[in-house]
Amino acid sequence: MNPVTASDAAGFPVLSLVTFLPLVGVVLLATLRGEEGAVAQNARWTALWTSLITFGVSLVLWTGFDLHEPGYQFVESVDWLPALGIGYRMGVDGISVLFVLLATALTPICILASWDSVKMRVREYMAAFLILETMMVGMFSATDFLLFYMFFEGVLIPMYLIIGIWGGPRRVYASIKFFLYTFAGSVLMLLALLAMWRQAGTTDIAVLLKTPFSAEMQFWLFLAFLASFAVKVPMWPVHTWLPDAHVEAPTAGSVILAGVLLKMGGYGFLRFSVPMLPIAAAQFAPVMFALGVIAVIYTSLVALAQQDMKKLIAYSSIAHMGVVVIGIFTLNIQGIDGALFQMISHGVVSAALFLCVGVIYDRMHTREISRYGGLGDRMPAYAFVFMLFTMGSIGLPGTSGFVGEFLVLVGALRVNFWLALLGSFGMILGAAYMLYLYRRIIFGRITRADLKSILDLSPREITIFAPLVVLTLWLGIYPSSFTSFFESSVGAMVQSHDQAMILAHHATRIARATLSIAR
Amino acid sequence: MNFALALPEIFLALCAMGILVAGVLQKTDSTVMCTMAALAACAITAVLVVGVPAATGYSGLFITDAFARYAKLLILAGTALCAILSLDYNDRQGINRFEFPVLMLLSSVGMMVMASADNLMTLYMGLELQSLAIYVLAAFARDDIRSSEAGLKYFVLSALASGLLLYGISLTYGFSGSMDFGHIAQAAANPVSTSTGLIVGIAFIITGLAFKLSAVPFHMWTPDVYEGAPTSVTALMSTAPKVAPFVVLLRVMFGPFGHVAVQWQLIIVFVSIASMLLGSFAAIAQTNIKRLMAYSSIGHMGYALIGLAAGTETGVRGVLVYLLTYVVMSAGAFACIIAMRRRGLAIEKISDLGGLARNDLTLAVLMAIFMFSMAGIPPMAGFFGKLLVFQAAIDAGMYTLAIIGVLTSVVGCFYYLRVIKVMFFDPAEAPFDARSGALSFVALATGAFTFAFMVFAAPFVGAATHAAKALFG
Repeated sequence: MNPVTASDAAGFPVLSLVTFLPLVGVVLLATLRGEEGAVAQNARWTALWTSLITFGVSLVLWTGFDLHEPGYQFVESVDWLPALGIGYRMGVDGISVLFVLLATALTPICILASWDSVKMRVREYMAAFLILETMMVGMFSATDFLLFYMFFEGVLIPMYLIIGIWGGPRRVYASIKFFLYTFAGSVLMLLALLAMWRQAGTTDIAVLLKTPFSAEMQFWLFLAFLASFAVKVPMWPVHTWLPDAHVEAPTAGSVILAGVLLKMGGYGFLRFSVPMLPIAAAQFAPVMFALGVIAVIYTSLVALAQQDMKKLIAYSSIAHMGVVVIGIFTLNIQGIDGALFQMISHGVVSAALFLCVGVIYDRMHTREISRYGGLGDRMPAYAFVFMLFTMGSIGLPGTSGFVGEFLVLVGALRVNFWLALLGSFGMILGAAYMLYLYRRIIFGRITRADLKSILDLSPREITIFAPLVVLTLWLGIYPSSFTSFFESSVGAMVQSHDQAMILAHHATRIARATLSIAR
Repeated sequence: MNFALALPEIFLALCAMGILVAGVLQKTDSTVMCTMAALAACAITAVLVVGVPAATGYSGLFITDAFARYAKLLILAGTALCAILSLDYNDRQGINRFEFPVLMLLSSVGMMVMASADNLMTLYMGLELQSLAIYVLAAFARDDIRSSEAGLKYFVLSALASGLLLYGISLTYGFSGSMDFGHIAQAAANPVSTSTGLIVGIAFIITGLAFKLSAVPFHMWTPDVYEGAPTSVTALMSTAPKVAPFVVLLRVMFGPFGHVAVQWQLIIVFVSIASMLLGSFAAIAQTNIKRLMAYSSIGHMGYALIGLAAGTETGVRGVLVYLLTYVVMSAGAFACIIAMRRRGLAIEKISDLGGLARNDLTLAVLMAIFMFSMAGIPPMAGFFGKLLVFQAAIDAGMYTLAIIGVLTSVVGCFYYLRVIKVMFFDPAEAPFDARSGALSFVALATGAFTFAFMVFAAPFVGAATHAAKALFG
């Protein structure tokens, strides 16, 4: 094997380190010995430290990232399967770097959030989360399609176990549904991968980006990608696995599912569908808008009717991801910037909302909204953070949610007025169901006896929420420290898309002209 | 006569006979010693196989090329793994007789001859030697009615298949004038004017070999025989004896019948699709883990056949990698199944695995690795096999086959997931008996291979590429 070559300043394989460091933690976890309680406690600390160190290392990406370079940075490339033309290629660009950081930042939070609530098989639980982190980071940093696919699918294994072992009463159903839905989608993407591989002779994403695919082939490839990413996003009508998975998953499972796993679909669209298949992306844009608008309006209405807190937030996630899909397929800078920002913001806010649900679930062991009420009296700190994230979810200016939705709507307005109008219904309905939820839980008088002794946030919970509160406000008040990461990459993508469209346009005109001359 | 070409086979056959004599003469129980000797024989044979030059010998009866070498090493590895597995199982089942390793060695001699066949007669001789040894093995637990039934069932149906194969060989001989692969290839050089008799002959040869592969519609025996035979034999049946007929099928289809691919491709496509469908749907209802593995192996043969159906060198490479990963994960899965034992009794129900993760996390994790690998989930080894055969199908433009393949793999995924669900999500049953070191060794070694294949896949894929190239000359 060739030595690892890395093009960053230190010549140091940061991405591989961030990706595989959690696995070191898994090995450490496997070596823990002793009586059960001690092993559990050691497992918690091992996992926390591993994920914190991983996060610390990943901050190199934040500081060392060149904001003006649209291409891949921190590149690593090693021959992996030379007989097949597959390499181990890693790198991040403006589109993926923030997702890597999101994944590394949320994992320690998830581990902290499971500190007391997970009591059985703690070691396995922590190992599953660390493996999940490896898969997530690897997926966002792979620049080889096959490598990406391996991580993309690999995510399923730990997540399946997390839902199935530590989940709620219907966990078996939810976990198998989750696995099979996503697996069915991604095997079709595998065929698309093979077809592209056949044409390009390699699975290097950089080469695939430059490989022209015929319009007809793009059509089929787009459908295959759609099958995979639509399930992941999830888009209406293949979203039904998500409420089940969220409701049954343990709190931290929901957090990581909403925070990072749902971004895999949007990321896939931005990494493959849009830049590699420009003609098909433009062709399919109206369909995607329609599906996005349906998701926004329909799932918002469904969310309004939910009795279960987690289900409500799950449906709100689908609505927010509908906005993301609309933003991506506006195919202009504002729309795509907005979609990316919305994904980051949703990653923080919805993760935090699931944590909020987890806080009271840990105390009362129910997620039924009607079992609560008047928590504001007993839990002022909780009421505050919940309020903040509710506002973030609604998209109040000054919180993270606003920037993304606003940019997407600006982008949508450039495409079609009605699209922007229908898309903005999401914000109105979002305000309705989130405020309704907030009112039913926090406001009013405490009527139930068991709520009278409920305790406010513990120091551990405050530690969990503090970074998320800061992030939500930071994203909302000074968004450009985040948008600056992806501006140049998105700009380059939109530019090359426009060029491809012009070329395709010329090609059809020339074809038409030759046809008429021939006649 | 150049004995060097067949040296590995000759050596292995002599070893088998030597161990047989030693076992008979020994007064005390000598099973462990004989098995160890058989393992050593396998290891030495493997070294000899690597040393044999690529050539054709014995008046064109026998060929030793990179393709044969790859197949032989795989066969020997599969046999050796199963020999280790049989040590513990046979001992605890009270069928620890020294003939067991001898029969295993004889069957692998047969399989190696098949891998080197360059003549239909050599092929048939090898196939029969392999089958005869396995008939006896299937009925090895002679006091157990299920084992006897399995042996008899396998014998009767397999004899029929051998008859069909022989009939196909005779037709081919009659219409092409030769049994030699090279001559048949010349006689069947024109795909358009192929005589009907030859085509019927090809169909019968495919039938006979598809039976040994347990490909649909010749799979009927598989679940019953897998369930009835001693588990150590089931493990053997699902590893090396699947490799040998497959490589023979590849050699025959691309060698003598390579020019008339249009005539047989459709048959293979049908068999492949039918196997994938049956393998995935019929397995859903199974409650016995050995029957589940039977349907799983039917499905796997269907996937591997995609590579043959593609009819290209990449397809052959895909098949070879697929077989490698299949042998390893299958041996590993059977190691876990053999470990299923409570109070001295072997248990076979899937529900018996309930809550294994709490009693024996290592075993549960290993079994989960094999199940994920069989389902084709990356990053396990099984994914690479599937990837390469699907790649061949896409390259050959067989989109329908590829789409059916990936969709059935989703269905198949369901029952593999169910096994994992039982192990990890269900409440714990009583713990299993302590497993022996031999079992743990096989399970850990194959598990490590299955999991880490992604890291060091390059030399294996390279070897498979080389072997595929050799087949196409």
